[in-house]
Amino acid sequence: MKFGKTVKNTAAAALILLGSSSVTTAGDARDYINIVGSSTVYPFSTVVAEQFGKTSSFKTPKIESTGTGGGFKLFCAGVGVNHPDISNASRRIKKSECEACTENGVNEILEVKIGYDGIVLANSKKAPVLKATRKELFLALAKEIPDPSGGEKLIANPYNTWKQINPALPDTKIEVLGPPPTSGTRDAFVELVMEHGAESFPWIKALKKSDEKKFKSVAHPVREDGAYIEAGENDNLIVQKLEANPNALGIFGFSFLDQNSDKIQGSEIEGKIPTFEAIADGSYSVSRPLYFYVKKAHLDKIPGIREYLEEFSSEKAWGPEGYLSDKGLIPMPDPERKQFQEDVKTVKSLDPGQLK
Amino acid sequence: MNKSSVKTIDIVQKGLKRRYRVERRFRRLGLAAIAASLIFLMLLFVSILGNGYSAIWQTHMRLDVYFDPQVFKDVVVSSADYGRLVKGALRSVFPDVSGRGELRKLSAMVSSGAAFQLREMVMEDRGLIGRQSTLWVPADDDVDMFFKGRLGPESGRLTEDQLSWIDHLKERKMIRKQFNRAFFTAGDSREPELSGIRGALYGSFFTLLITLAISFPLGVGTAVYLQEFAPRNRWTDLIEVNINNLAAVPSIVFGLLGLALFLNVFGVPRSAPLAGGLVLTLMTLPTIVIAGRAALQAVPPSIREAALGVGASRMQTVLHHVLPLALPGMLTGTIIGMARALGESAPLLMIGMVAFIVDIPHGFQDPSTVLPVQIYLWADSPERAFVERTSAATMVLLAFLVIMNGLAVWLRRKFERRW
Repeated sequence: MKFGKTVKNTAAAALILLGSSSVTTAGDARDYINIVGSSTVYPFSTVVAEQFGKTSSFKTPKIESTGTGGGFKLFCAGVGVNHPDISNASRRIKKSECEACTENGVNEILEVKIGYDGIVLANSKKAPVLKATRKELFLALAKEIPDPSGGEKLIANPYNTWKQINPALPDTKIEVLGPPPTSGTRDAFVELVMEHGAESFPWIKALKKSDEKKFKSVAHPVREDGAYIEAGENDNLIVQKLEANPNALGIFGFSFLDQNSDKIQGSEIEGKIPTFEAIADGSYSVSRPLYFYVKKAHLDKIPGIREYLEEFSSEKAWGPEGYLSDKGLIPMPDPERKQFQEDVKTVKSLDPGQLK
Repeated sequence: MNKSSVKTIDIVQKGLKRRYRVERRFRRLGLAAIAASLIFLMLLFVSILGNGYSAIWQTHMRLDVYFDPQVFKDVVVSSADYGRLVKGALRSVFPDVSGRGELRKLSAMVSSGAAFQLREMVMEDRGLIGRQSTLWVPADDDVDMFFKGRLGPESGRLTEDQLSWIDHLKERKMIRKQFNRAFFTAGDSREPELSGIRGALYGSFFTLLITLAISFPLGVGTAVYLQEFAPRNRWTDLIEVNINNLAAVPSIVFGLLGLALFLNVFGVPRSAPLAGGLVLTLMTLPTIVIAGRAALQAVPPSIREAALGVGASRMQTVLHHVLPLALPGMLTGTIIGMARALGESAPLLMIGMVAFIVDIPHGFQDPSTVLPVQIYLWADSPERAFVERTSAATMVLLAFLVIMNGLAVWLRRKFERRW
C-alpha cells in the first residue's frame, strides 16, 4: 500500500531526527544569562536585557516571569548552570528565603535596588476622581472593621457605598477590581494601604506591637462579599473593565496608568495624585522598592553578567532620564542610585543579618 | 373490535398535530443552538480581526541620515553612538526645535530600533561612513498608535508639540504606513514596533516536531498492540482505564510531571523545545492511542480473517492490511492531538517556556517560547500597541489551527473507507 509506505518512511525519518537530538546532560556551559522572578520587575529587566543583547556581543538574557516568591525558590535551589543567575523581586528577600539559599550553597548574593513602583487606585475618566485616605480604603475593603459605634470589637464590613464611609465620598457602590493573593501587587497593597489604614485605629496599632499575628488577621483579609473583585493577574483586563464600568475602581501598577492615561485616572490617596514626580519624591504614599539579586558564584561562570549589571546600573538605563523611566520605573534619588552603583562595582555581598 | 381500531387511529390523529409541533420545536431549538454558537464564534473573530488587522502595517518615518565620521572617531564601529545619528537626522528636519526637553521629546518619536538599524547597515557596509543616506525607520509605538487612529490626541501620551511635528511630517510625506515586516521576521521585543512572532513560531515548530516524533510512533505502537495482540485480562483492562484517565488529566499536571522528571532527573535544559516537546508528548499520547484504537476497531474483522486465511502471520496481517486501512483515522487523531498541543501554554509554564526570549531559537536546546505563550506575554504588557499585536498573533495561531484541523478533515475524506 502506497499510503502505508509513506507513513512508514515519515515515521523512520522522525525517529532519526529524534536520535540526532539526544539529551545533553547537566554540566554543559550556558552562554546566556538566566533570569527569573517578579512579574512587576519583568517589564523593566526585559528592556535592559534587550538593549544589552542588541548592543553587546553577548546573547540576550532569558527572563522568566515566575513571581517574586517563585523566583527565589528557583534562585535558591543551588549553584550551577541549571540554576538561574539573577532573581527579580518586587520586595526585599526574606530571611527565610536567604536561609534556604545558604542551605543550598548559595552564599554570596549581591542585592541591587533598581527603583520604585507606585501602586495606584484608578477609575474611568468618565467618573470624577476619587479622593480617599488609606483609612477610608481600609474601611471600604477590609473583611472585618472595628465597630463604628465604638469599642474594641470587629464586625463584618457593613459598607455598601463610599458615601456611607465618608459623606464627602461619592454615592456609588464600592466595587474594586484588584489582583489575587498570589500577586506581589496585592501583597504591596495590603502592606502599604490596608495595614496603614488599620493602624489608624489606636487599639489595632497597639495590637501590632503585642500580637503581630492577630494584627495581620485584622489588617490583611479583604472582603469576599463582592465589593472586592479578584480580576486575575492581567492588569490590561482590569483597565478594560474600568472603561466599561465607570463606577468601578481598579488596583494595579503605575506603568499601566501611565500607558492608559487617556482612559483612566489615578485616585488621590492622602491628598496626592499618583504622578511620576509624586512617586519619585516619596510624597505619594503607596509605592514600593524593586530589586534584583545576583548569585556571586555565577559572576565568572556565565559570560555577560558583569556587563548586564553595568548596563542596568548605568544612568542611561535607570537614571531620571533613562529608558527605564520611559517604561514607568520611578528612579531612585541621586545618592541612593550612586550607592547602589558603587555596590554593583564592588560586588558587595548582602548581609543576611539585616533581613526580616 | 372494529370499533376499537377506529378509536386507535382517532387517538393517533388527535395527537398528530401536537407531535408535529413538538418535532418542529425540537428542530428550532437545535438550529438556535447552532446559531448561538456561530454568533459567539463570529464575535470572537470580529473582535480579534478588528483589534489585530492594523498590525499588518507599521508606521515608518523617512530620515536623511548623515553618517558623520565624527561619530565613528576613536570608537569601534559596533559600539558607536548610533542614536546620535538618528537625533541629528531628526534635528535637520526640525531645525528650530531647541532645549533639552524638547529635543528629548523629538527623538522619542522614533523607535529605539532605528539606531540598531543604522548599526546593522554600517556593520555590513563600512563605506557608508561619511555619506548621506535616506531610509525609512520605524516610528515609536505611541506615534504608530496615533497614526493608526487607535490613540486619540487627548490621550496625553503625545504632547502638543509632538502632534504638530507629526502633522509637519505628514505634509512633507515623511511618515507613512508600510507592511510590518518585523512582525514576521523578528523575535520578541519590549518595544511593540520591533516585536515579532518568528521566535515563537520557530519555538512552536521545534516543540511540535519533538512531540510528533515521539508521540506518533509510541501512540500507534501502543494502539496496535493493545487492540490487535494484547490478551484481554485484568491487566489490559487496567491499562485501558488508565489511558482514558490520562486523556482527561488537566495539562498543568503534565507540566509538573515534566519538571520533576525531565528537568530534575534527566537534566533536560530548562526553557528548551526539547523539554516542551516531551511534556506535550505526555499530553498528546493518550489522545493518539484512543483515536488509534478506535480506527483499528473500525476495520472489519473480515479483512483480518481473509489475510489469516491465505496464510499471513498475525504481524503481516496487521502491518500489510489492518494498519494501512486504519492509518487515516490514526492520522486524524494525531493531527487533532497536535493542534491541541500547539495551543497549549499551561504545562510549559512549569518548565520555563513562559519567558522573554529575544534571540530566535535554532535548535532543540535553545531557549524558546511558543505561540500561545507569546500571546499571553503580549496580552500582559502595558504598552497600548501590544493590544493589536496580541490579536495579530492570535490570528496567526488560529490560522495554523484551522489549517491543521482542515488537514485532518481532508485526510479523513480522502482516505477513509466505509464498510
